[in-house]
Amino acid sequence: MRNETIAALTAYARANPDVMLLTADLGYSVLEQFADELPDQYCNVGVCEQAMVGIAAGLALSGKRVALYSIANFPTLRCLEQLRNDVCYHDLPVTVISVGGGLAYGPQGYTHHGLEDLGIMAMLPNMAVTCPADPHEAEELLPQLMERRGPGYLRLGRAGEPVLHDAGTLVTLGKAVTLRSGSDVALLATGPILSRALAAADELAEQGISASVVSFPAVSPLDEDCIAALAASHRALLTIEEHSEHGGFGSRVADLLMASGTPIRFGKYGTTNELRGKVGSQSYLLGLLPSVAARAAALL
Amino acid sequence: MTQHFAKSQATQALAARLRGHAVRMTNRARASHIGSCLSMADILAVLYGSAMRVDPACPDWADRDRLVVSKGHAAAIVYAALAEAGFIDIAELETYAQDGSRLAGHVTKTVPGVELSTGSLGHGLPVAAGMALAAKRAKADWRAFCIVSDGELDEGSNWEAIQFAQHARLDQLVAIVDYNKIQSFGSVAEVSDLHPLADKFRAFNWGVHEIDGHDHAALHTALTAPPVLATRPTVVICHTVKGKGVSFMEDQLAWHYKNPDDAQVVAALAELEARL
Repeated sequence: MRNETIAALTAYARANPDVMLLTADLGYSVLEQFADELPDQYCNVGVCEQAMVGIAAGLALSGKRVALYSIANFPTLRCLEQLRNDVCYHDLPVTVISVGGGLAYGPQGYTHHGLEDLGIMAMLPNMAVTCPADPHEAEELLPQLMERRGPGYLRLGRAGEPVLHDAGTLVTLGKAVTLRSGSDVALLATGPILSRALAAADELAEQGISASVVSFPAVSPLDEDCIAALAASHRALLTIEEHSEHGGFGSRVADLLMASGTPIRFGKYGTTNELRGKVGSQSYLLGLLPSVAARAAALL
Repeated sequence: MTQHFAKSQATQALAARLRGHAVRMTNRARASHIGSCLSMADILAVLYGSAMRVDPACPDWADRDRLVVSKGHAAAIVYAALAEAGFIDIAELETYAQDGSRLAGHVTKTVPGVELSTGSLGHGLPVAAGMALAAKRAKADWRAFCIVSDGELDEGSNWEAIQFAQHARLDQLVAIVDYNKIQSFGSVAEVSDLHPLADKFRAFNWGVHEIDGHDHAALHTALTAPPVLATRPTVVICHTVKGKGVSFMEDQLAWHYKNPDDAQVVAALAELEARL
């Protein structure tokens, strides 16, 4: 989905000369399209994520809208205070694009596993936090984040994620997208792990359990109305994310359910500390986690 | 020459007023960092009094010079400078660090004329570099100044920006080091020695001015000169004295933390008055 996203960004920047793209020296074979076509709107700042965010803030304070590109934790955790103080405190139009969210860089080791970003980014004031499930969601969200003119985060997988939505599916920042409608359990997924939610729904159907599958392209703003409606129409809810099971999408849904006093069976499916230090492909590492279908069935 | 002398006299009088405001503000607010304020009084007086292109009636004027004060703990004297320059009312200085005030204890952008909220060290120079990059790409002629403390040069983010700015040929970026030789726990030499600071910048391809940061003529010359190196950023290393201008505060670590009591305010103001 990174290629589709950069294509969408290039098209957006072509029409909006105030848009700039900065990279901290990552994106080889991905960013050349933008850099070659729009050299005045592009800058590789070198391997310096803290400075990159500060530079982005300086550009934004001077009238630019800025997209930042890097991978995994580098443009989020490495420069967290710059994002908090320089970007969010000043409510600046800076969108962080991080490739390789979750376990996409699985074989590269734990340093490259982005498992805390959604929760941490979503705590920052006025930060729109998005986690597209497929290339369609990504290319639809990108211009919305830029149009929003505030701090944004776009967490991408890597490359080759399958398209899960029908062409033309409406993707709106802050709105969930229903892929399947069921009645027993609702599977609320954010990010490419949506494909596992769809597979789990098939498994559950074989067991006679009717599952809804709903994609949440944004963790913040969260589609609270959709969550309330799902809670009212199902016996259980399971959130699914390629992120720590603590503090991320599931925790935000749990907070909402608790605060509204909604009585519902609820589970959070995410990564656990046992994955720390494990090496392997994304599918291998996800395979070390319990089955989504079993977790959902156990809630009923 | 005469005109230059008159300008120096005016900025020296301004510096004395800034010092007086800062002493009263830290006393009233029981606030720290008076020593850090006093060491940069002359730098601010020359920037706002003669070197920078700003318009208090139009703080967001697109072609203004930008000043990022990265040592955000010196907020009192920054607000004083903005008040004396006409960005805010001088009477508002009395609200410094009080409940509900917009004059926070660290430099805050809600105040007209402030370009960046700071307080955590090592943030200002990268942002100023981003501003200078914006100016360069827009082929605009405004400059981005950034005042950093000596202690905050321990932060790695500054050196990221120093490396980036020379590579990007940001000749409209001017870093100003308030080199007062004292940081939180003691002298810079004891805590994390910066010597040889000028050589460090030269090794990073920056143009360097090294001056007495209390000499207004030298400050004016350095802050208005064209870049030392034609296509590179410039640093003005200002050798200063922490607490400068109030004898009992000068070169004392304690005045990074203490605030002056009422009697000390009277004594300090008398000294500042006597020098005018």
